[in-house]
Amino acid sequence: MTNVLELSGVQKRYDAVVAVDALDLSLRSGEFLTLLGPSGSGKTTTLMMVAGLQQPDAGTITLNGASVAKLPPYRRDIGMVFQHYALFPHMTVRRNVAFPLEMRGVSKTEALRLVDEALQLVGLPDHGDRLPKQLSGGQQQRVALARAMVYRPALLLMDEPLGALDRKLREQLQLEIKRVHQERGISVLYVTHDQEEALTMSDRIAVFNQGRIEQIGSPEELYDRPATRFVAGFIGDTNFLSGKVLAVSDGRCEIETPAGRLQARATQGLLVGASASVAVRPERVVPAASAALRGTITDVIFLGTSRKYVVRLKDGTECVVLRPANEAALGARGSEVELGWAPAHATAFRDG
Amino acid sequence: MTTVDRRLWLLLPAGLTLTVAFLLPVGWLLSRAFTFPQPGFQNFVLLWERPVYLRVMGNTLWISAIVTPITVLLAFPVAHLMAHGSPRLRRWLVFLVLVPFWTSLLVRSFATAILLQRHGVLNSFLIAFGFTEEPLPLLYNMAGLLAGCVQVLLPFVIFPLYSSMARIDPAYMRAASTLGATPVRAFLRVYLPLTLPGLMTGATLVFISTLGYYIIPALLGGARQQMIAQLIQDQIATFGNWGVAGALSLVLLAATAALLALLQFTVGLKEIAR
Repeated sequence: MTNVLELSGVQKRYDAVVAVDALDLSLRSGEFLTLLGPSGSGKTTTLMMVAGLQQPDAGTITLNGASVAKLPPYRRDIGMVFQHYALFPHMTVRRNVAFPLEMRGVSKTEALRLVDEALQLVGLPDHGDRLPKQLSGGQQQRVALARAMVYRPALLLMDEPLGALDRKLREQLQLEIKRVHQERGISVLYVTHDQEEALTMSDRIAVFNQGRIEQIGSPEELYDRPATRFVAGFIGDTNFLSGKVLAVSDGRCEIETPAGRLQARATQGLLVGASASVAVRPERVVPAASAALRGTITDVIFLGTSRKYVVRLKDGTECVVLRPANEAALGARGSEVELGWAPAHATAFRDG
Repeated sequence: MTTVDRRLWLLLPAGLTLTVAFLLPVGWLLSRAFTFPQPGFQNFVLLWERPVYLRVMGNTLWISAIVTPITVLLAFPVAHLMAHGSPRLRRWLVFLVLVPFWTSLLVRSFATAILLQRHGVLNSFLIAFGFTEEPLPLLYNMAGLLAGCVQVLLPFVIFPLYSSMARIDPAYMRAASTLGATPVRAFLRVYLPLTLPGLMTGATLVFISTLGYYIIPALLGGARQQMIAQLIQDQIATFGNWGVAGALSLVLLAATAALLALLQFTVGLKEIAR
């Protein structure tokens, strides 16, 4: 498989602040890659540098095997969707979508055909003659999507495209963008700070923190096998239990915590005797007879498909447990429970 | 049934003043066109038949038609910087544009005359640096008149243009660029069309203002640049011919109204008041 996009050693600073630091990243052909991170983590800056709207201070960016260092945005083979749509307000939907074709000198008849096809693809075949302001936010973003890919660019860049929409519409459009991506086989570089959105849509996710990539991998990898404490905390809900490392061997480790002795996957940098945290997902915590952890249920919250239990462990730390609602209840508020998990389902990180 | 806002009586003092000090005398002047020296349309026939009147009316339109594009071209980059520059730069530009705006028209016209006269600042500069050997004729001709009109009218284009430009989301230009538009094409296809409401408003204001200018052509223009307002003044002060003066005023008023109607038709006054 060939790489559509490659970044190597890319750096960008604003005055004294390093926005993006020594970044390496590659995007495979047809892949949906998401840059996920909190605001100010460098993900949008990275996208802007790929688009050519900002210049890196160091490093190289290659698109389709050729360096784009000297190419302005309008010479790069990209399409871009902006958070606030950026549809041209004085043009109809059809003329908006035809704009990139017109810039590329595509003939009128061919342009008309491609525009109709693109509007069909995003489910707005009858809205061609409207002005952007006559459309809802979700419709405007669909038009922006049609406009950014009607000319089949090598790479589609999306900068928090759903950030301005309400939750329901967001979820609906996530699935639609995913469908369009699959139907067209287009390579997508997507930026979001919404971890659920990243999990739903991506083939791979790069988690950004303070200008660096913490981990890059499939949604399952990031969720089940986080490489750093930041990733474990940023993606999904996680219980953290701190203690001291007793033993490390063979990718496994044992941690002594005030609540009990725990087993987990080991990550880099764990030293026997040093302090560490164990991260475990609420749904991976199960009732267990030969249990490492004992506690008292302090709260039971019914969520429809599942029940959430808040358990106070014997040292006072709280541990959240999520069980399917169709399973037998873990216990009522106030009852004593014994908890455990398979060692592969928990991960230990060095503290500090 | 629609109810009349009872607070409308608040308009009464200003309304009365305007009626007594403006509407009645102007109406009286305009009515002279049909009643002086005797009832009928003879004054309009006169305007049509005497070449001097047609020439001055043509002059006036021609001068307005030259002043307008020059003013718009000079105002455009200023408004652009004002709209998209740093807040600090914007404050300075607004200040620099407003100071002359608050200065008396008479003072500014005399100042322009001092600058442009035969041995004035500009000519001394041009000679000192060897651009010319003889002083250039810059005053009491078209050059002087244009310089005077344009410098006074710049704010009338800068501010409406600025208000249009400030509403243009910078993301539009970024989007155009990622979609394959060179800076020139992005400007022509996206930026310029979005400035049109402000541009049309400013251009119309300049054109209409120039049509009625009196002081500037009198002080800075020459005999060949005589404009309609000067003619009206001549007719009244020199010849006591209130009839022709009224007819000329009516033509000026009609031209202004027609231009405003055109603006309303193309841009819409609602857009301008925004």
